[in-house]
Amino acid sequence: MNGRAGFTALVTIALATAIAFLTLPVLAIFLDSRPGALVSSLGEESAREALWLSLRTTALALAIILAVGTPAAYLLATRSFPGRALLLTLVELPLVLPPAVAGIALLAAVGPSGILGGALDALHIRLALETAGVVVALTFVASPFYLRQAQAAFASVDRTLLDASRTLGASEARTFLRVMIPSALPGLAAGAALALGRALGEFGATLMFAGSFQGITQTVPLAIYDRFATDFDAALALSGVLVAVSLGILVSVKLVLGAEALDGAAR
Amino acid sequence: MLRASARSRIGALELDASLEVAEGECLALAGPSGAGKTSVLRVVAGLLRPERGLVSCGDRIWLDTETGRDVPPEGRRCGYLFQEYALFPHLSAWQNVAYALGKGRRDDRRREACELLERFGLEQLADARPRTLSGGERQRVALARALARRPDVLLLDEPLSALDARTRASSSRELAAVLRQAQAPALLVTHDFAEAAQLGDRVAILDAGRVVQEGTPSELASVPGSAFVADFTGAVVLTGVARAGEDGLTVVDLGGGESIVSTDPGLGAVGASVHPWEITIERGGPGGVHGSALNRLAAEVTSVTQIGNRVRLGLAGAQPLAAEVTRASASGLGLSEGARVTATWKAAATRLVSL
Repeated sequence: MNGRAGFTALVTIALATAIAFLTLPVLAIFLDSRPGALVSSLGEESAREALWLSLRTTALALAIILAVGTPAAYLLATRSFPGRALLLTLVELPLVLPPAVAGIALLAAVGPSGILGGALDALHIRLALETAGVVVALTFVASPFYLRQAQAAFASVDRTLLDASRTLGASEARTFLRVMIPSALPGLAAGAALALGRALGEFGATLMFAGSFQGITQTVPLAIYDRFATDFDAALALSGVLVAVSLGILVSVKLVLGAEALDGAAR
Repeated sequence: MLRASARSRIGALELDASLEVAEGECLALAGPSGAGKTSVLRVVAGLLRPERGLVSCGDRIWLDTETGRDVPPEGRRCGYLFQEYALFPHLSAWQNVAYALGKGRRDDRRREACELLERFGLEQLADARPRTLSGGERQRVALARALARRPDVLLLDEPLSALDARTRASSSRELAAVLRQAQAPALLVTHDFAEAAQLGDRVAILDAGRVVQEGTPSELASVPGSAFVADFTGAVVLTGVARAGEDGLTVVDLGGGESIVSTDPGLGAVGASVHPWEITIERGGPGGVHGSALNRLAAEVTSVTQIGNRVRLGLAGAQPLAAEVTRASASGLGLSEGARVTATWKAAATRLVSL
C-alpha cells in the first residue's frame, strides 16, 4: 500500500467514525422506541402541551431575534466606531456561557430579586416562572448564533453595491431593505436556522430561570427530562418527536434556500 | 456646469483638487493608481465627505463644508458607472435598470427599463441575471441603469478596464456616442492616457491628489507641463479622415494639405496615434532625403522638456505633435524653441484608433 492510498484510507475511517458517532444515537431513538409509541405519545395531553409551548416560544424568540438582531448586526458590520471589537466579543459571550450559568445570570438580572426586578415589578411584568420567561431565556441563548452569522453576512456584501444603490436614488433605509438584506440572505437564513435549532433544544437556562411547569414553562426538552426518571419509553418517544420537528425545520430551510446557499454561507 | 473642489486626507493620500466641467463636456481625469481619481468621483457623488470641499451642479449646491450643507447621494442626480459595474446580483437586467426609476406601477417601470435596454441592444436580455451576462453586456446594463435617472452629472470610473481587449474597442465607440449625446457634464476616470484622449474633450492629469495639468489631449502630449505628464501621456493622437491608399496602406488627411499613412485599416474620421519615441527629428524642411519613414511633417519646436536621459519636444505643425529624443541628439541638432524641423516616422508605427 503506498502512502497516498494509506492517507485516503485514514481520512475515510475518520469520516466514517464521525458519521457513525453523530448519527447512531439519533437513530437509536427511533430504533429503541416501540412502533407507534411516537404517535401515541402525542395523544398525551401533557406532551401536546409541551410541543405547542416549544413551538410558540421558539417562534416568538426567533421573531424577536430577527427583528432586533438584523439591524443590530447591520450596524456592527457596516460602521466602525470605538469599542466595536469589544461589542462583538460581548455579543458572542452567551455562546460560551454554560446554560445553567445563563439561567442564573437571567435570574440575577431580571428575576424577582434581580437588579432590574423592582423596575419590572413596577411595570407589572413577571418573567421568572412564566411563559414570557421561557421566551427571554431562549432569546438570550439563541441570539448570538444569529447575530454572529448576520454580522459576517452583512460584512461580506460588496460595499459598491450599497454605493450604487445610493447613487441610484435610494435612501440608506431603502438600500438596507432592497440590496443589503437580499445580498446577505443566505447567511441570514443560516444564522436563523442555527438560532432556531438552539432555541428549540434549550434546556438549562429555561429550567433555571422559568422552571418546569406543565403548560406554562415546560417545553419539550424539559418534558423529556420530567418523564426520563419515571417513564423512559415516553421520554424516548417525545425525543423522537423533537428530532422529527428539528429535522423538518432544517430540511425545509435547506429546500427553500437551496443547499448551495447554505454551504456558501457556512464557508 | 459641474464645479467640484476637495481638500482632504484620505489614508496616505493628500487630496487637493478642483475641477470644472461644462454642460455636454467630458473631462477625463487621468493618473496612475492611487492618485485619488476615484476619490474625486466619490466626493462628487456624495459617497465620500472631504474635510473641506465645495460641489455644485448648475445652481444647486451639493456640498459646502463651510456652511455644513451635504446633500446625501440619493439627493444628487449622479449617473455613476462603477469600475466593476456593481450590478445587483439578485435582480434581473431590467430590474437593475428599474431600480433607478423609483416608484411606479410594475408594468410601467418594466416598459421604461426595457426601452433603455433597447437603446443598448439588450432587449433580449431583460430577464437575465447579471452573472449570466458577458463583460460588455454588463457594462451596457450598468450604463442604461446610470442613465435611467436622467442624471445631472455622469461619473464614469474606469469604464473600459473590466473588459477584454476585443470588447474594449467596440465599447469605447459606444461610450463615446453616449457621451456625445449626453447633455450632462461627464467626469471620466482612467489610468490610461490613450483612453482619456479618446473619450475626454479635456484631460486633467492627477498625481498624488493634485491636478498637475489640464488641457486638450494634444496640448498635454505636445506641451507637457512636467516630466510626469510627459511620461504619463505616452502616445500622441492626431485626428484626420482616413481613406484607402496604395499598397494596402491607409492615408489619413490631417487637413492643411498634409497627410500621413498607416499600415492599419481605417475609413472616415479616425485618430492616428504614434508614440513620441517613434518619431525621428531632422533639421530643415520635409523635402530632404527620404528614408524608410513614409510620414514626414514640417513642424516648429514649441517646447523642450527634459525627462531623465531623454527630451520631450513639443512640436507645432498641421496638428500638435510630440517627439522624444536623447539628450545628446537634442543638443547635437541644436533643438530649442523656435527651431524648424521635420518629424518623420514609419507607417508601421502609426496606430489608427476610432474617435
